[in-house]
Amino acid sequence: MTDLTDLGIAGIRDGVRDGSFSARDVADAFIVKVSQAKALNAFLVETPDHAIAAATAADTARAAGETLKPLAGVPIGMKDLFCTKGVTTTAASHILEGFTPTYESTVSQNLWDAGAGMLGKLNMDQFAMGSSNETSAFGNVISPWKRNDANGVGGNAALAPGGSSGGSSSAVAARLCPGATGTDTGGSIRQPAAFTGISGIKPTYGRCSRWGTIAFASSLDQAGPMARDVRDCAILLEAMAGFDAKDGTSLQLDVPKWEAGLSANLNGLRVGIPKEYRVDGMPEEIEALWQKGIEWLKDAGATIVEVSLPHTKYALPAYYIIAPAEASSNLARYDGVRYGIRDLPAGSGLQDMYAATRADGFGPEVKRRVMIGTYVLSAGYYDAYYTQAQKIRTLIARDFEKAWETCDVLLTPTAPSAAFALGEKSADPIAMYLNDVFTVPSSLAGLPAMSVPGGLDKQGLPLGLQIIGKPLDEQGVLNAGLAIEQRAGFTARPEAWW
Amino acid sequence: MSDYRIQGETGEWEVVIGLEVHAQVTSNAKLFSGAATAFGAEPNTQVSLVDAAMPGMLPVPNRECIRQAVRTGMAIDAQINKWSRFDRKNYFYADLPQGYQISQLYHPIVGEGAIDISLDEKNPDAAGKRIGVERIHVEQDAGKLMHDQHPTQSYVDLNRSGVALMEIVSKPDLASPAETGAYLRKLRSILRYVGSCDGNMEEGSMRADVNVSVRKPGDELGTRTETKNVNSVRFVMAVVEQEARRQVEVLEAGGKIVQETRLYDPDRNETRSMRSKEDAHDYRYFPDPDLLPLVLDDAFLEECRASLPELPDAKRARYEALGITAYQATVLTAEVEAARWFDALLDAGVKPAAAANWTTSELFGALNRTGKDISNSPVSPAQAAELLGLIADGTLSGSLAKQVFEVMLETGDGAAKVVEDRGLKQTSDTGAIEKVIAEVMAANSDKVADYRGGKDKLFGFFVGQTMKAMGGKANPAVVNEVLKTALGESVAP
Amino acid sequence: MSVDTATVKRIASLARIAITDEDAARMAPELGNILGWIEMLGEVDTTGVEPMTAVIPNTLRLRDDVVNADPLTGGNIREQVLANAPVAEHGFFAVPKVIE
Repeated sequence: MTDLTDLGIAGIRDGVRDGSFSARDVADAFIVKVSQAKALNAFLVETPDHAIAAATAADTARAAGETLKPLAGVPIGMKDLFCTKGVTTTAASHILEGFTPTYESTVSQNLWDAGAGMLGKLNMDQFAMGSSNETSAFGNVISPWKRNDANGVGGNAALAPGGSSGGSSSAVAARLCPGATGTDTGGSIRQPAAFTGISGIKPTYGRCSRWGTIAFASSLDQAGPMARDVRDCAILLEAMAGFDAKDGTSLQLDVPKWEAGLSANLNGLRVGIPKEYRVDGMPEEIEALWQKGIEWLKDAGATIVEVSLPHTKYALPAYYIIAPAEASSNLARYDGVRYGIRDLPAGSGLQDMYAATRADGFGPEVKRRVMIGTYVLSAGYYDAYYTQAQKIRTLIARDFEKAWETCDVLLTPTAPSAAFALGEKSADPIAMYLNDVFTVPSSLAGLPAMSVPGGLDKQGLPLGLQIIGKPLDEQGVLNAGLAIEQRAGFTARPEAWW
Repeated sequence: MSDYRIQGETGEWEVVIGLEVHAQVTSNAKLFSGAATAFGAEPNTQVSLVDAAMPGMLPVPNRECIRQAVRTGMAIDAQINKWSRFDRKNYFYADLPQGYQISQLYHPIVGEGAIDISLDEKNPDAAGKRIGVERIHVEQDAGKLMHDQHPTQSYVDLNRSGVALMEIVSKPDLASPAETGAYLRKLRSILRYVGSCDGNMEEGSMRADVNVSVRKPGDELGTRTETKNVNSVRFVMAVVEQEARRQVEVLEAGGKIVQETRLYDPDRNETRSMRSKEDAHDYRYFPDPDLLPLVLDDAFLEECRASLPELPDAKRARYEALGITAYQATVLTAEVEAARWFDALLDAGVKPAAAANWTTSELFGALNRTGKDISNSPVSPAQAAELLGLIADGTLSGSLAKQVFEVMLETGDGAAKVVEDRGLKQTSDTGAIEKVIAEVMAANSDKVADYRGGKDKLFGFFVGQTMKAMGGKANPAVVNEVLKTALGESVAP
Repeated sequence: MSVDTATVKRIASLARIAITDEDAARMAPELGNILGWIEMLGEVDTTGVEPMTAVIPNTLRLRDDVVNADPLTGGNIREQVLANAPVAEHGFFAVPKVIE
């Protein structure tokens, strides 16, 4: 009998629909996998009842001959940044420990309405700030992958699953769930997907509602799916996305039928290769994979053209002004008054309560970013930092607009390295920030972008390729991703050590 | 130029005043959420997840709040900005759940405008002054903190958190307590005419921050202080005076004015410094990334303009053109409810001068006496029109009408009914009047002779006797005519 | 660029994050590094460039003025609003007493 947990979303959905197996059996199989994988620390909270209830509903509907919902029978993991009614939601921060929302985020509600079930809330970098899932208040997430020279040079180091959606990437790669939600502000879906050999897409800004999604950087945050192939990402994204009147930045557009529109025939497609993404000291393996990606896309019918995005190198510093600035304001509400923890040292007044609660509740990276954000908005610095960064953001967006004159999608590596060991980069914040060098520009421009696995490095760790598309062209991005997926033949999977 | 001065030891000082008025917008729901705005609800029952700043919440602006701000700007002839933005004002306080207030700093919805005030509202011929308005912007109100319910805790009620406010910022054109009072009253009247704010300062729907500085005539502007949240016109005027005097004392003693926030204590009639934190004023304003720029189209603006009622200055001019005195016109247009009541009276066909006379003396007099205001007037415009119609058609004399009005006030009955029930009709029956006059003359033949002999002042005696004999119901004009004829000439020998 | 301990403490105070002198001293070079790195943005000539106001062109939608139109953004939910409060009494949130 097939190991049901080897199936992806499409496989489960179709199998439940045609009666090959019951939704309940699927749910049970994944619930077991989740409960056996505590060593990964991917899940903060397990919710088997939720998954079982959804599965039961699917099976009942099927037995009654009803048309099944789009995700009937599919259990998923939910990043702990989405408010889930009656289930604790912490953003992996001590400051929200115990917080149990009385409301459901729009994105998660969309998924439940589509028939999906929840296996649990996934660990992540605290308040989505991080690229390695090392800033969670509830412990690191460990990648299911290990370097293949475990007995030799590489050691048996615990590896980072990427961040901030590290619990999501780890869980999907380890087959604890067929798919998971993530969020991406500067690369937090794409980079972890690349590190763990799975696929993930950040849609156009405004595609997914941000209502009920704990805010980090409002003009950048986007929810998106993470799964093991392009088709599954398309299926999940269709269910997650859609206009929400409660979100003023939500796009008032119908959700395209991305799954039905999938095609790996890229005849007529022009693929741009941005020369500024060829950075100094880029590992040769990544450059080599990039080349392979170019060949694959040519093979699928695309033409290749070199383009220039001149302001690329300013994207990271601009991001590290804008995102912390917005975050410093978005996180002001965590003050111990209405929810979360409250620290009240003896004799303290209101302002002392704020200061003590936030000092205790926020982790070091969160504090760092809140302080940077406060600084760049403060009197005397606003124009030099914040305004300048927003102007550069305009220039970066214009770079892309200009590129679209000669190409339809862009191909780049997703990350400047394979997964590193936990602890390896946490000494220097800037070294950690540099992980996002390829993903941040498209975030600043609000463009859809995805990562698909391209191959393994010589230590057996996954490497990802990124496709960036025009605004609202998720289809173009998915299709190019599919073309790569079909030619890359990526079948590697982490061997269970947990 | 105002001639208001503070007399100091070293000479005279001018006062410079600017007002920032926070006016709660009249709307059903809050600025960025669907919770209700009604005053007086149980704590935290008019609070949505958005107002409570729960994790993941987002603002979506209420069209009516925007509309009210635009209408207000149009009513003060201000520039309406078709493109404006919301900014976050960041600070920490328990009545501010988000840790920031959504406001508009850099690009407000309304630009420069002006409000005309009279320098003496009791004198219709007094000079006027134009007070500039710098801007109007829209922002969130904060919640309420209560400090007196518990020994060691303050209680937070977020019902008011997120209600829409218009912040109306004047230019520093005000120069005296009187001007400041006049400006505030005029502004409140305009807001009530427009219907964008009920101007109820006691309930807190309108409050003023008073900026005051002093200088010797001819000098540069002095450092100003801001006294916050003053909630009556009387107190605002008191703040201007007290704060100006305090500043003069400080400066004449060789001190400096600290730019700071103060509070007014009405019991002591003085302002005092608020406890301030060193960095209290670095609000780190930046454009709210949850809200796109606000763009108003022409159709929206046209609807706003078309919806404006006749405003006080225009209404006053129209009344004057109808022959109503300047003073009465001012009184009738000071409050929108009175003006609306009066317009209804004019619509019922009553002649303007008569309507104005009667309304300002009889009706307003009765309202004052009975402690009512026009919104619960015991007499409707239709009823007043009926009464005034009976005067116009000769059924009632002026004095009879007063009697009828008293009965109307007591009973709530209409004028015609009262006249009917109590037989208060005025008699113009010449024959009856002649008969009575003949009787009066017969009973006072000595006075008749005196009158005919030159004591013409006795005419009033005969009028009085005639009226008395007829129970006050004789038509005075007819009485005069018949008496003149019956008495003949009054000629001194 | 360098950031001194006093600045770190001032920023921490603005951000309402309690910080010890040691922590402030430790954070100063960290923040200084990050701010120094960010300063390269000063190289870019942005004359005549407007700051980004809307990432994807879109207009601000306005809501109808209807009370509680959507239960998720309406009022009358006091229980929910207070449900996670560390201290709530008599329908209020309670905080340490503030003297104005």
